[in-house]
Amino acid sequence: MAVEPVCRQTTLLLHGYLDGELDAARAAEFEQHLVQCHDCANQYAAQRSLRTALRGSNLYAKAPPALARRIRSDIREATEKPSLLASITSWRWLAAAASMALVLFAFWRFVPAFRGASAEQALATEVVDSHVRSMLPGHLTDVASTDQHTVKPWFDGKLDFAPPVRDFSGAGYPLIGGRLDVLNGRTVAALVYERRKHFINLYVWPSQGSDSAERSISRQGFNLVYWSRNGMSFWAVSDVAREDLEEFAQMLEH
Amino acid sequence: MPNSEERARFEQVVLPHLHAAHNLARWLVRRQQDAEDVVQEAFLRAYRFFSGFHGGDARAWLLQIVRNTSYTWLQQNRPQESAAEFDEEMHSDTQTPVNPETLAIESANRERLNRALEELPPNFREVLVLRELEGCSYKEIAEITGIPIGTVMSSLSRARRRLAQALGSEPKQEAAHGS
Repeated sequence: MAVEPVCRQTTLLLHGYLDGELDAARAAEFEQHLVQCHDCANQYAAQRSLRTALRGSNLYAKAPPALARRIRSDIREATEKPSLLASITSWRWLAAAASMALVLFAFWRFVPAFRGASAEQALATEVVDSHVRSMLPGHLTDVASTDQHTVKPWFDGKLDFAPPVRDFSGAGYPLIGGRLDVLNGRTVAALVYERRKHFINLYVWPSQGSDSAERSISRQGFNLVYWSRNGMSFWAVSDVAREDLEEFAQMLEH
Repeated sequence: MPNSEERARFEQVVLPHLHAAHNLARWLVRRQQDAEDVVQEAFLRAYRFFSGFHGGDARAWLLQIVRNTSYTWLQQNRPQESAAEFDEEMHSDTQTPVNPETLAIESANRERLNRALEELPPNFREVLVLRELEGCSYKEIAEITGIPIGTVMSSLSRARRRLAQALGSEPKQEAAHGS
């Protein structure tokens, strides 16, 4: 292979451009250069393929669960023990909390309407928890693909139902992957969409009840939209604006 | 000693970055068991210093501690490795262009990529791991590694070129052994 000369002044900028760290003016300048300079265009292609390989080769080393347990126990040991007075007070609070729980249980047991609402509340909490967990590094997707024909077959044999998998790139909600998750004690499909650098988790599972119209709530700063249709329950959760999430739900329903 | 309130805050703010900590340590010390020891020690240190963390980027703050713990560990246990800084003079062919097609084929092999990355000098390995695997910005890389922010770009440029060279040169060596 013949050694070709490379523009010295722009090799460095190539990396800043690749990493999205150039300001708008310098990025535009570099793009213009890329069109004119064959060597730099080649280098840029090479660096991009290197990046794709690095990111797509499963090189990220996640921590094993046992390590998390050891660290938690280390932390517990390195924590100041509460004083005797504090522990007495906390026992009293515990007693108060226990009697409160008893009252709430009685209420929940004998007022069926309240029970339905509280089941939905509990589910909303679970959905938000699951969404937050999925934001931990490496947790978002088990199958990362923007292609619905890759994501859909991935679920085959992993679930006892076939979740509808659609991509909405055209409308600004590209599909970026999927994973399995557990909600309310059952395995569900989680589809991940992106909206202007924010993520939307869409949970899908077969529902027992009849179809229901979409409803929006917010929890801990997250917006949730949920509905049932054709025997499937859908829960979408994200930190995007409520209007965006509702628009997203609308697209899914049509 | 932190109290139970601080512990709750630590578990909420710092503990979620456990995977990031483990990934960095694993790439710096390169062996699973050693990485776990380093991460465990780093978390304990972080917990003791937690009162000194006044908000901001918790991941960068933690990774800075993980990095220091890793290098200290390397110095104590494998001193020859931590001293292996890359010698610019001996590798002055830094302007050699990289052929995109060969690279695409060579790097498709995960094992080869893994080995090439592991064999880079640690100062190059860490910027690549932080940028490509951890997705850190230049500012975060500067904060974690202590490299001035103005030189993060050139560090990455050198590291990437070295990695590309390592990936590109291997098949030739294998061919030579084979003949």
